[in-house]
Amino acid sequence: MTVESYEITRAKPSKSSAKEPSGAKPLRRINPTRIMLYSVLLVAAVYYLLPLYVMMMTSLKGLPEIRLGNIFAPPMEVTFAPWAKAWDTACTGLYCEGLKVGFWNSVRITIPSVIMSITIASVNGYALSNWKFKGSEVFFTILIFGSFIPYQVMLYPLVIVTRELGIFGSLQGVIFIHTIFGMPILTLLFRNYFAALPEELFKAARVDGAGFWGIFLKVLVPMSAPIFVVAVILQVTGIWNDFLFGVIFAGVKNFPMTVQLNNIVNTTQGVKEYNVNMAATLLTGAVPLAVYFFSGRFFVRGVAAGAVKG
Amino acid sequence: MNSISIRDLSLKFGEATVLDQLNLDVAEGEFLVLLGASGCGKSTLLNCIAGLLDLSEGQIIINGTNVTWAEPKDRGIGMVFQSYALYPQMTVRGNLTFGLKNAKVPREDIEHRVNRAAQMLQIEPLLNRKPGQLSGGQRQRVAIGRALVRDVDVFLFDEPLSNLDAKLRAELRVELKRLHQKLRNTMIYVTHDQVEAMTLADRIAIMRDGVIQQLADPFTIYNQPVNKYVASFIGSPAMNFLDGAYGIDEQPSFTSNNLDIALGRYNFKTRAEDNRPIYLGIRPEHVHVGNAAQEQPFNSDISVEVVEPMGSDTLVWTSLDNQPFHFRMDGQATVNVGDRLPIGFDPVKASLFDKTSELRL
Repeated sequence: MTVESYEITRAKPSKSSAKEPSGAKPLRRINPTRIMLYSVLLVAAVYYLLPLYVMMMTSLKGLPEIRLGNIFAPPMEVTFAPWAKAWDTACTGLYCEGLKVGFWNSVRITIPSVIMSITIASVNGYALSNWKFKGSEVFFTILIFGSFIPYQVMLYPLVIVTRELGIFGSLQGVIFIHTIFGMPILTLLFRNYFAALPEELFKAARVDGAGFWGIFLKVLVPMSAPIFVVAVILQVTGIWNDFLFGVIFAGVKNFPMTVQLNNIVNTTQGVKEYNVNMAATLLTGAVPLAVYFFSGRFFVRGVAAGAVKG
Repeated sequence: MNSISIRDLSLKFGEATVLDQLNLDVAEGEFLVLLGASGCGKSTLLNCIAGLLDLSEGQIIINGTNVTWAEPKDRGIGMVFQSYALYPQMTVRGNLTFGLKNAKVPREDIEHRVNRAAQMLQIEPLLNRKPGQLSGGQRQRVAIGRALVRDVDVFLFDEPLSNLDAKLRAELRVELKRLHQKLRNTMIYVTHDQVEAMTLADRIAIMRDGVIQQLADPFTIYNQPVNKYVASFIGSPAMNFLDGAYGIDEQPSFTSNNLDIALGRYNFKTRAEDNRPIYLGIRPEHVHVGNAAQEQPFNSDISVEVVEPMGSDTLVWTSLDNQPFHFRMDGQATVNVGDRLPIGFDPVKASLFDKTSELRL
């Protein structure tokens, strides 16, 4: 058996070929406007990334190296000890158990708060857009008004309310507060999304005999993935990064990660362990960043395709 | 027995009255078309019948039961929407069975009904697809199927063909008529398309500003419109209206500047007094041209201004007594701008309307 080899001959593209597009092709040229644009963008990117870079580098250095003062220099000797210390043994006030306690506290606060606030707000939004009742518009306006009032104004009354409910200084207390404060913006989000869905879909489901919950759970929720993702991102970032409600309502045992981070960074006694502080800060910021990176692509997905004329 | 009776139905949104003291009876097995321009309240009326809007006043009775306050699902109706309104995340089968599952219909029964509807609408190969994978025509078939499986006596259609292109619309129109002939259900069909109304309806209700103008079979509506609005709404190209006065010297006649049309055998509903300003309406297809014109009780000759050949017929625009006038000619006729043509028509086929009340004389 012989293996034949072929010489592949390809016709050289001739300039006069009638099938090919002809005429002068504009060259992609780098013009002054473009250079200006890119340099501004570059400067902006560097401006925002530089602190992150410094934090990253510092967290990987040992204390003696930090004392040399070259904050931009990469570590001569890479060490993960600051990260381990920040996670496991750094002192946060009275206890020296590191950030891990705060991390789990934050998880215990964030997950139920996110679930509760989104569950309630989505039903709110659905009722306000599809089951309008007398005064529903007024109710909605008042609810939205809530998002414009500074939180600090409501702190003291809320402390009293939670105390009377017997949940002040507990996990339930802080979850309760987060659920309430998530309501205005989330309700607005869900109401607008449901209002934009074709009204005839809702009517069709009513003719098909689905009730309040049937329409919500079987028809609307399955086509609302994008808005739920948006709500989750919003709430996880917001609640994870919260400091104020955590420090007031959670109680010492349940302090979230942000409060413990503050306690680590702001200790006034002993040597300032910059590397540990940097590592602790990066650890605290990791969760919202991860959430954003992994779910960003859901933002743009359209789900209503095929429901109406396409 | 009446399938649907509507008694003194009024609907108000705040200060605005959308429907006012409306009465309507639909016979069993009747195909009733609600026809009107957008915003006339026809869809609103349909939504009231379906129970999707609460009435301000009045009653709705379906099959002898007062359903004024009943839930849509308990009214024995199926509904088809303009935008199809299929549940996007469910398959075609899921769409068809959703209502039946909500009603806790036994499984074998569901299977049987879905198969029957799918067969009737020729959507069997599509049962496992999602609405997003279907064409517009297929989606609307599924939407009709969803009403069909409910096994109800009354079907409500809300402009079901408006989103389809012209060819598909004509196809589905015939199919709907066939479906009605087969099922003999009561159907109420909302549209703004007069062709759909004329071809499908047993009776047409023409609506304007929330009031039914005329409720009659298509022929009556076409031949004896009760007012100028109905006359101008039905018919394409639209009816000609000549502005003039009613005269009664020796016999009733229509007069304008240079015209004197003897009304002869015109079938008057009401007599008007002498010199009352009126409109004479004549449909473009009732105007005769050429030799045939001479035999008509009224004839004149005009000069051609614009010619619109349409293949099957040709539309000629001209003026009669300085008033715009158009008529229809055979598609094969050759006419040129500037030609003088003899035309004529029989006033029996005309409609006279009082100028102030716009009501038929």
